[in-house]
Amino acid sequence: MESYVREDKEKCEFSVHRSVFTNEQILEEEWKEIFSKCWLFIGHESELPKKGDFKRKKVGGRNLIFTRGNDEIIRALYNSCPHRGALVCREDEGNTKVFRCFYHAWTFKNDGELVGMPGKDGFPDAFNCDGSKNLTEVTHLESYRGFMFVNFAEHAVSLEEYLGNAKEYIDLVADQSEAGMELLNDPQEYSVRANWKLISENSVDLYHGMPTHKTYFDIKAKQDPGITKVVLEGKGTDLGNGHAVIEYKAPWGRPVAHWTPAWAEDDRQEIDEIKNRLIDRFGEERAERIASYNRNILIFPNLIINDIMAVTVRTYYPVRPDYMEVTGYALAPKDESKKFRLRRNDNFLEFLGPGGFATPDDNEALELCQEGYLNNFEVEWNDISKGMNREQPHATDEEQMRSFWRKWNDIITKAKAKEEVKI
Amino acid sequence: MTVTHQEIVDFLYHEAELLDEWKLEEWAALFTDDGKYLIPPIGNPDADPAQSIFYIDDNRARLEERAKRLLKKEAHVEYPHSTTLRNIHNVRVKNREGNSISVRCNFSAYRTKREVLDCFVGVLDYKLLVTDNKIVIQEKKATLKLDSLRPHGKISLIL
Repeated sequence: MESYVREDKEKCEFSVHRSVFTNEQILEEEWKEIFSKCWLFIGHESELPKKGDFKRKKVGGRNLIFTRGNDEIIRALYNSCPHRGALVCREDEGNTKVFRCFYHAWTFKNDGELVGMPGKDGFPDAFNCDGSKNLTEVTHLESYRGFMFVNFAEHAVSLEEYLGNAKEYIDLVADQSEAGMELLNDPQEYSVRANWKLISENSVDLYHGMPTHKTYFDIKAKQDPGITKVVLEGKGTDLGNGHAVIEYKAPWGRPVAHWTPAWAEDDRQEIDEIKNRLIDRFGEERAERIASYNRNILIFPNLIINDIMAVTVRTYYPVRPDYMEVTGYALAPKDESKKFRLRRNDNFLEFLGPGGFATPDDNEALELCQEGYLNNFEVEWNDISKGMNREQPHATDEEQMRSFWRKWNDIITKAKAKEEVKI
Repeated sequence: MTVTHQEIVDFLYHEAELLDEWKLEEWAALFTDDGKYLIPPIGNPDADPAQSIFYIDDNRARLEERAKRLLKKEAHVEYPHSTTLRNIHNVRVKNREGNSISVRCNFSAYRTKREVLDCFVGVLDYKLLVTDNKIVIQEKKATLKLDSLRPHGKISLIL
């Protein structure tokens, strides 16, 4: 069997076959083996503060309602009427006691139970006594520190086990405020005309930082001359299970608790107060790590938490091998002062947003890779070897991408082997 | 000095032409020193910037940076420059007070690059000032009338 990923530790060579970005059959395998079996981020519990709150979500290609019932329980319900299949929830978000399918007016409580249908006399008394006509609930929905994930597989390992070593890094984000973190309104929904796996790579790739985002750094350097002295230094780590992280010293201000000369001197006091609270809670060393270090976290397969000059939470799904849909959220401390919240959001849109000075260039880079894959017949392999010659890979190396590819290859190779046995 | 409706329309056409001809520094110079250029979140034009992320929330300094950036070769997304075409429609003068005029119009902006055409549509709200017989922009807000940025993927051009 041909392998899509080759790792030669002795030669320090790691390559990925470029067909993985263009092949329709591989995409089919990914839907079956990855998006239908891995834990996928659906949302943050802060999105549903009150009974009856709901958000419509598309996760792993499924249409879901993320909802808090009158019983206070958060559920993920399949947004499809058990009668004929129409969506029962058409609004993107809101608060409701019931979801009502407009087609034949079947009505469901916000926990999914069928409570009304016209023409009841046409159905036996025992209709739905087994609950099979309620809205179907996603079997597995679990939360880790407020981040909620679903899993569509019949049997799944627990979310905690799945996240494994990545939990340490999610903690560093979740611990930023004792009041908790919240997802802000209005997620940014955009797309890239490229294969979805290229975002997994790009999001933990510090190597591209300078060449791709030079214009952003030039603009920052004018606001903050100190920024040019900072070298992007840190570690790249394979967290196992396909998860990965880069952690490096922040060259820019972080509203959580890292002051920069680009901000007013008076703001220093507020930052110091936040930092001191972190020190009280976690001690000097961990407080410094939370406040002054960036981390780009990749949770396999398609969740990125970028804790940089603001915190973004991003998911992305393939539509075709060469086209993906991205959803980007902003995460922030609940108790943040208005001044720092505005500064954080300003940082976000300037770098992370699709109207900013950086993300559009990432988008372009990924699209140019995809264009390059037109040459796949003669130019077949991507090189992802940087840093294999080092004991501890740097954040600007590619160990963190190899982590993703090892897991991806493991899943897809096993699926292919099963199919070959069947033949 | 009173400006006529036609003079306002001519000004908007002039601005669109500067953008389509990539005369971006001249575009930035149309703004007052406290000028702003905004694109609020899709579907939430009156969003609170502390609760939602705008696509663009530029003060005068940053809109100037935006213009300068897009002229650099390292603004990869717009190098080589995409071809753009902007149309302004349904121009309404909403309010006049002294030398300040509020104008609303519809817009469509087309961008093509690598044989892909993207179309942005929406409403522009202007706060214009008339000083020294010249029209200048104090605020320009572009409200997109789209479901999402799909398939556009980004707002790399100035709307």
